[in-house]
Amino acid sequence: MSIVARNIAKRFGDFTALDDVSLEVEGGSLTALLGPSGSGKSTLLRIIAGLETPDSGEIEISGQDATALEPQKRNVGFVFQHYAAFKHMTVRDNVAFGLAVRRRPRAEIRERVGELLRLVQLEAFADRYPAQLSGGQRQRMALARALAPDPQVLLLDEPFGALDARVRAELRDWLRRLHEEVHVTTIFVTHDQAEAMDVASQIAVMNHARVEQVGSPTELYDSPATEFVMSFVGDANRVGNAWVRPHELEIVHLPTDGAVEALIERITTYGFDARIELTPGEGEPLTIQLTRERLEQLEVEQGQIVWVRAAAERTFATEGGCPATAAGRRATSCGGVTAR
Amino acid sequence: MRKYLLRSTALGYLLIILIGPLAMMIWRTLGDLDGAWAAITSHNTLLAFKLTLYVTAIAVPINTVFGVVCGLVIVRSTLPGRGILNAFVDLPLALSPVVVGLSLVVLYGANGWFGFFDDHGIRILYAVPAIVLATVFVSLPFVAREVVPTLREIGDDQEQAARTLGASGWQTFWRITLPSIRWAVVYGVVLTAARCIGEFGAVLVVSGNVEGKTQTATLRVDDAYQFAYGNYAPAYGIALVLAAMAVLVLVAMTLVKPREEAT
Repeated sequence: MSIVARNIAKRFGDFTALDDVSLEVEGGSLTALLGPSGSGKSTLLRIIAGLETPDSGEIEISGQDATALEPQKRNVGFVFQHYAAFKHMTVRDNVAFGLAVRRRPRAEIRERVGELLRLVQLEAFADRYPAQLSGGQRQRMALARALAPDPQVLLLDEPFGALDARVRAELRDWLRRLHEEVHVTTIFVTHDQAEAMDVASQIAVMNHARVEQVGSPTELYDSPATEFVMSFVGDANRVGNAWVRPHELEIVHLPTDGAVEALIERITTYGFDARIELTPGEGEPLTIQLTRERLEQLEVEQGQIVWVRAAAERTFATEGGCPATAAGRRATSCGGVTAR
Repeated sequence: MRKYLLRSTALGYLLIILIGPLAMMIWRTLGDLDGAWAAITSHNTLLAFKLTLYVTAIAVPINTVFGVVCGLVIVRSTLPGRGILNAFVDLPLALSPVVVGLSLVVLYGANGWFGFFDDHGIRILYAVPAIVLATVFVSLPFVAREVVPTLREIGDDQEQAARTLGASGWQTFWRITLPSIRWAVVYGVVLTAARCIGEFGAVLVVSGNVEGKTQTATLRVDDAYQFAYGNYAPAYGIALVLAAMAVLVLVAMTLVKPREEAT
């Protein structure tokens, strides 16, 4: 049940939400649309669902042109950020809605709804109204409701955005397990890179109405195609014209070739990891990520002056294409790593 | 201290403006209960109440359907005329009922654009159709005015969810939109009914006010008062029944309101 978006453009008045966007999603995959707010990711999702009409371009669902199809005929499940629970219906009736409007036999509806309520662990709440549920429970209900009519495609628009951090992590986990069980082609929109990396097998990074890069979480982290992807997916330090991941920076005690002098502002430890924040003589503040063990070996403290060296760095062209070659650095490929 | 002062001022104002006249009317009616009762149960009074209820029973459903459709057009559609529609819905609130009545007389009169009805023997003016038209006109905005803010408040998330779940536009309206705005509709219906029962000015101009034929309850009260010749009990009695109907409407409204707030 693949999804293809081809050359989609959409404007709202003067605002360009999508500018010639194309995206392919394989059947059965779990894809994240990742980007800052206003990047067009929700609009793309709503166009796939048929809730918005593109100004130009085509949508294909399972190999069939769906561009002109009304949302109720696309057989998609859609989960909204603010749940869109039917407030006047019980949890059971909410979940049964998609089957009831299709006039399925009562016995079949009862069985399917029971099955889904078990899946989302809301059997005990079947006769409650949405107002009597917590945010996480409401979103699980919304998921069950979207899955009830057996959609070809499941679309989630910032599904965990309105929930607190713990419930969010729980639901994230749960969505991943659900996908392993149900195997419905899933696209979810998020602005949280950790969420995208954690859940999705494929991520499409969006910025300014365009798709910047599509790839697996590792691909995006290891070989970002643009400066934006480098800075948005995972943490990144800017050293002059180059970008360096926090774990790729090293501290040396003596000045060496290519190292910059910097003052240690703060040292923080999170369990196994440690983080050192530094202010270099010139340029933007730096963050180094390392293990606790390595930190102890280094024997550094706050207020100390050290030298920082990049084990690997990347440069990007400002206008797409291949990276610009800066003096003293060799670019191996587009967005490639330059090892020293 | 200031709180109590404010409260007693408000209560005192209500007492003088609202409760006072009503209490006086009840007092006078009780002074000649037999006379009042005779007037209330007289043949023509009963016919007048029957006509009022008949007109209300026609006007309320018409304006309920119109109000809901109108609210949907104003809030949900992207039609170019919806701003104008929104402004025009309020017209009956701004316009004096006498003006409404007169404009109907001009429109359906012998030289009016719709004068041909009369030429073909279909009586509109000075008959029940004109009373219905006038009442529909003056009670038009109430359902729409209740429905519009409620539709805005609930947003279209639920409707969109219903569409993605396979519901047609019609199914979405009956199963999602209408249940979501039901208390606003009920509230609007109650207000519309109250306005229909109480309408006087517009109906006075178009009805002809013929006893037992085109006389509504409010016109009956006015007649009883105009031709009282010192005996005001009939007028007070009939007016009291109208007031009782209004109180019933108020009670219905307060019964609806807390439930509306709960959802």
